[in-house]
Amino acid sequence: MPESPDLSAPSTGSASTGSAPTEPASTDSAFAAYAHPERLVSTQWLADQIEAGGVGGPDGIVVLESDEDVLLYDTGHIPGSLKLDWHQDLNDPVLRDYVDAEQFAAVMSARGVGRDSTVVIYGDKNNWWAAYALWVMSLFGHEDVRLLDGGRAKWSAEGRELTRDVPQVAPLAGDSAYPVVERDDAPIRAFKDDVLAHLGGPLVDVRSPGEYSGELLHMPDYPQEGAMRGGHIPGAKSVPWARAANEDGTFKSREDLEAIYLQEQGLSPADATIAYCRIGERSSHTWFVLTHLLGFDAVRNYDGSWTEWGNAVRVPVEQGAPK
Amino acid sequence: MTDTAVAQPVPLPAAMQEIADDFADLAAPQRLELLLEFSEGLPELPARYAGSLDTMEQVHECQSPIFLVVEVADEPADQPDDRAVHLFFSAPPEAPTTRGFAGILSEGLDGLTVAEVLAVPEDAPYRFSLGEAVSPLRLRGMVGMLSRIKRQVALKTRS
Repeated sequence: MPESPDLSAPSTGSASTGSAPTEPASTDSAFAAYAHPERLVSTQWLADQIEAGGVGGPDGIVVLESDEDVLLYDTGHIPGSLKLDWHQDLNDPVLRDYVDAEQFAAVMSARGVGRDSTVVIYGDKNNWWAAYALWVMSLFGHEDVRLLDGGRAKWSAEGRELTRDVPQVAPLAGDSAYPVVERDDAPIRAFKDDVLAHLGGPLVDVRSPGEYSGELLHMPDYPQEGAMRGGHIPGAKSVPWARAANEDGTFKSREDLEAIYLQEQGLSPADATIAYCRIGERSSHTWFVLTHLLGFDAVRNYDGSWTEWGNAVRVPVEQGAPK
Repeated sequence: MTDTAVAQPVPLPAAMQEIADDFADLAAPQRLELLLEFSEGLPELPARYAGSLDTMEQVHECQSPIFLVVEVADEPADQPDDRAVHLFFSAPPEAPTTRGFAGILSEGLDGLTVAEVLAVPEDAPYRFSLGEAVSPLRLRGMVGMLSRIKRQVALKTRS
């Protein structure tokens, strides 16, 4: 058991450092009830920052778009934003793992992200890949990284500007380059052996009910990603990720989220908890909800998820609907 | 018989090979631009299919709601293999990669004969040099489209 990881680092003290153009707590009063409100920004807040010239340039906010569809950014994106592709930029091309410290530093520097930059991430599909990118940045300990509530869909639905202009960014180099910081997986990432050791503790399966019960081996309407067995990890609660989201893709209120995760499912913010899905993207969304909106102390995302567990030899599998 | 003879890949139809060559000539970022052009060039769904997606087949291998339908000409009646094949796709604008795959298949296959479409190799989607730029995982969507196109053509001509 790792010593109580401080996943909430940016919420304590960082607001007083002063020189940043944005006060973390000032994003939107609607977020105030969340455990770490500085982790979310509204579309209006972002539009205001763009209007005020606060996006891009030295010391500016860096806005990144991370989508399931690799071409979506190229069809038009939020002015000043840059593409961060989960597959091309964050995954190692050979090993099933994330990029290493040097690759990550290069990806960040190329986008003008410094270690102290405020980064806002948004994307398609209810911010799944945006949440996933935020989680990967958290593995590297980037402190100030936030999600755009409602993601790309909300921005578009509000008729806000999208552009095909790709900003020219001077890559950071020398002293201002992103530092080579080793990934620290242990606090927020679970591997298969960690899950085996955790059996009996709280687990959240965020896949669809059919995947949970074992009737389906992949999410509805999605490609088959090859699992030999269907079902779920024994003892896992079934809380499909979408239950945390409103119709417009924004997150539900803290009160509504507590009703689901605490009262209904009996999870506790003080317990070490593991979330998983199929490949780790939907569970990044739930990881964000539990960690940053509800203030759970120690949530890990099991990114191997069902594509690993459902193929592993002799790991325990449970089938059937939630009890 | 030698191993090299066995390993000869099945050739692509000429129009498809031309597209594959165009992609191969580009650097990875420009391949994405070309894919975007195919996405934007995907022909509109004809009015007779608009609003009736239930008459089309959903491609479940794709990560977005995409539907396709194949039409095979009636003539020549006595030579089913020589009848022309036409393809129609419905894919939303928020899924440009999937639309791009459909655009490649549309330009590469539309108007070919039944025999030519059925002879397209299953691995054709991997011959557009897109693995690096798009990722092999995402290419599975195009594999699903191609196999459904061939299956529909076979069903409509081989009964």
